[in-house]
Amino acid sequence: MKRVVSSLKQQLGPTMLAFAIALAIASLALIISGHNPLRAYGAMWDNLNGTSGIITVINEMAPLYVAACALALGFKMNLFNIGANGQFIFGALMGAAAGAEVSLPGPLHVLFIFVVAAISGAFLAGIAGVLKVTRGVNEVVSTIMLNGIAGGVGGYLLRVYFRELGDQAAHTKTLANSAHLPNLDRVLSAVGFHIPKNTPLFSFPLFALLVGIAFYVLIYRSRFGFDLRASGINPSAARSSGVSPKRMIIITMLMSGGLAGLSGMSTLLQKQYEYGDRFPTQLGFTAIGIALLGQNHPVGIAFAAAVWAGIEQGARGLPIVKVPSEIGTILQGSLLFVAVIVYAVTLRSSQAKAIESASKRMAAGAGDSSSGSSGLSGGSRASLVAGVTP
Amino acid sequence: MSDTNPSRPLAIELRDIVKRFPGVVANNGVNLSVKHGTIHAIVGENGAGKSTLMKTLYGAHLPDEGTVKVNGVLQHFKSPRDAIAVGIGMVFQHFMLAENFTVWENIVLGDEPGSKFRLARSDARQRIRDLATQYGLDVDPDSLVGDLGVGERQRVEILKVLYRGAKIIILDEPTAVLVPQEVQELFHSLRELVTGGATVMFISHKLDEVLSVADAITVIRAGKTVAEVPDPSVVTAGDLAEMMVGSELPKPDTTVSTVTDSVVLNIEGLTLLKDSRALIDNVSIRVRRGEVVGIAGVEGNGQTELLEAVMGLVSPSAGVITFDGKDITVTSTRLRREAGIGYIPEDRQHDGLLLSAPLWENVVLGHQTQEPVSAGNWISKAGALERTNEIIKRFDVRTPGPDVAAFALSGGNQQKLIVGREMMAEPKVLIAAHPTRGIDVGAQASVWDILRDARAEGLGVLLVSADLEELIGLSDTLLVMLRGRIVAQLDPMHVTPADLGAYMTGARVAEGVAA
Repeated sequence: MKRVVSSLKQQLGPTMLAFAIALAIASLALIISGHNPLRAYGAMWDNLNGTSGIITVINEMAPLYVAACALALGFKMNLFNIGANGQFIFGALMGAAAGAEVSLPGPLHVLFIFVVAAISGAFLAGIAGVLKVTRGVNEVVSTIMLNGIAGGVGGYLLRVYFRELGDQAAHTKTLANSAHLPNLDRVLSAVGFHIPKNTPLFSFPLFALLVGIAFYVLIYRSRFGFDLRASGINPSAARSSGVSPKRMIIITMLMSGGLAGLSGMSTLLQKQYEYGDRFPTQLGFTAIGIALLGQNHPVGIAFAAAVWAGIEQGARGLPIVKVPSEIGTILQGSLLFVAVIVYAVTLRSSQAKAIESASKRMAAGAGDSSSGSSGLSGGSRASLVAGVTP
Repeated sequence: MSDTNPSRPLAIELRDIVKRFPGVVANNGVNLSVKHGTIHAIVGENGAGKSTLMKTLYGAHLPDEGTVKVNGVLQHFKSPRDAIAVGIGMVFQHFMLAENFTVWENIVLGDEPGSKFRLARSDARQRIRDLATQYGLDVDPDSLVGDLGVGERQRVEILKVLYRGAKIIILDEPTAVLVPQEVQELFHSLRELVTGGATVMFISHKLDEVLSVADAITVIRAGKTVAEVPDPSVVTAGDLAEMMVGSELPKPDTTVSTVTDSVVLNIEGLTLLKDSRALIDNVSIRVRRGEVVGIAGVEGNGQTELLEAVMGLVSPSAGVITFDGKDITVTSTRLRREAGIGYIPEDRQHDGLLLSAPLWENVVLGHQTQEPVSAGNWISKAGALERTNEIIKRFDVRTPGPDVAAFALSGGNQQKLIVGREMMAEPKVLIAAHPTRGIDVGAQASVWDILRDARAEGLGVLLVSADLEELIGLSDTLLVMLRGRIVAQLDPMHVTPADLGAYMTGARVAEGVAA
């Protein structure tokens, strides 16, 4: 935990800076289009502040969080699964179609749909993994293409096989009540919270929380996570240490795809209860930005997802003051853009600082040794050894 | 072949060149005189300072002391551009060519003829053809570089520097990447270059090759010019080898031999082919408990690949590796490590460390599945920290603490951490490449002591090192590797510099090679 806190402290400054610059860019856009930035931001804040605004943010950030964690898993070992969107769509569709065909008691029904969705997402990502280890196909290219394939095949399956007949819009059969995820309203009101009737608090955020904890433990505490991070930091050192790169790629791809496949469960089991044309289409792409913004860390991603969903919710208040809600999109876009630059700059300076402080602490701490670096001395043999690549 | 006009100044004249790097004097009094129209070879061991010297000549850095004269004019090269301007061109060992470009496109790249908006293709092709004819370099300007063999690519590199007006061409170990047939072609090309009016300098440590082509030879050892041989016909490869290695070899440690009868690592008929070139050629080595088997050899003769094959990082084309009585030829690297094979890789930053990770995580690396740094499926941070602190103490790693990122440590301290990590795991066999590279003298001796102690307790070591003191001081058996083969087995107690140098450079081939 100490590491989380200290790394958060380090990240807070740069992130606030990025946010300030992004606000400035959006303000510029507002001024140019003849609006008062303060009024616009005020309207956003009003829409966000309050129980119902916060609940909406929590509900909406959860699927983003799960999808971003799925991606971060791969990013941690420099495996760029850009196919979260296809895996999300495919997982939701297959989960919806299979879930409508079975009748099971409550928790089992939900679990069944989760498993189907995870397997479907993992299957799609697994194709990219197998292509990479057997044929050396770059996973960025293959997962992007698989996004298209998932969209096409999914649309075909939906229209030809899974479609509920007798309705104008294409969608799967509506899921039975046993497949619905419960709301947390009753639990919350039991402990004294009063939830507005029209904005229920979903239980999917609880699942997202579990995902985050599992992510942290797996990546930073387990042997598998060590191998994964080592592969990301230095693939050839990881290989020398006994990590099998092919095995890591396949396992990570499957896990990443499976988790991405689950990111649609909030919408499916808590909102729409069917997969159809109203289902979100871009979640997996948005998640790439969230993972980036959150620096692939479970806590960072949580903040990033909250900020993202918060801007979205705030922007819904903009039309009240006659400001186009696209300002929210501008704000999100500039934030991402600026953050990437700021992170890169701070990484460089923090590494330089680390070296400096290490040598300073050395000089201060070790009284017996004259210098921090083990400088070579003594003529011919030293140069024989070290002069190989001067 | 040699200079026709004796009053003409030397093509290159270096006097008392000194070049220091932090902690190292790479060149410490180098003298070099190269006559016009000759092939001049510069020979020396790894780390003798040849590459530093060449960089000085090519303007990659300024020398700290000494003078550089080209055609009798004093020069202060601030960048390679200055060197090119006076006609010096460099052909590097590793080619820098765009594979998806044709030969002529590669040659003009960065120096395109024509105006800003128009590339004068036909002019370029014609000039390249003229140059190729003038210097007898046979290559088709329109073929794709990706389709060319290594020898042809080298000719393209040579044409590249000629195209830029070079009259003095420096080649850095040009034969290292070539098969014997291509070496002959290269030497033919070099002769043609000289006939065409150029001056050629080349760096090598293969003495047989040097003697067959050079008009003059300069020998460098430990950063100094130790001999200038204006007429190679009067020296033998053995003489040169002795000049290169030095007349005195370090004395082996006279502790009692701890070699036992039980073989712990057995390599049999190991062969590794790459593009039909044998990087390892039918190598058989036996390491017994308590034995250090040292492999001497000039870098790039298959030692790296041999160690990687033993670690399971490359799959051999043929041969069997047995460890502790079990065939491990196809066993994964992880299982080999778990079975008790420790590994000190040649390139610590590339293969041995996670630079941005803290030291304790670097101590886990390679032992992820072993106690105390892990327990079951989990990494044990407490165990790893404890072990890291132990390593810091025992191996004198200079660091503020175990939480510091590895990149904050100096190279020598990084190396000590790696050695400590491997030795603390108490391996049965240690596969070590340059285990004390970059470590200061005091710490080096203590690492050697630790290795000797472990050997006394039954550790078998397969050791590759460029440091002869280390190699002779530690080894019970000394093998020499050349062009992928074990060419000699020597007794470290009685080996002479002339012998070692001769075998390492191919000047002599052992009659009956054992092992």
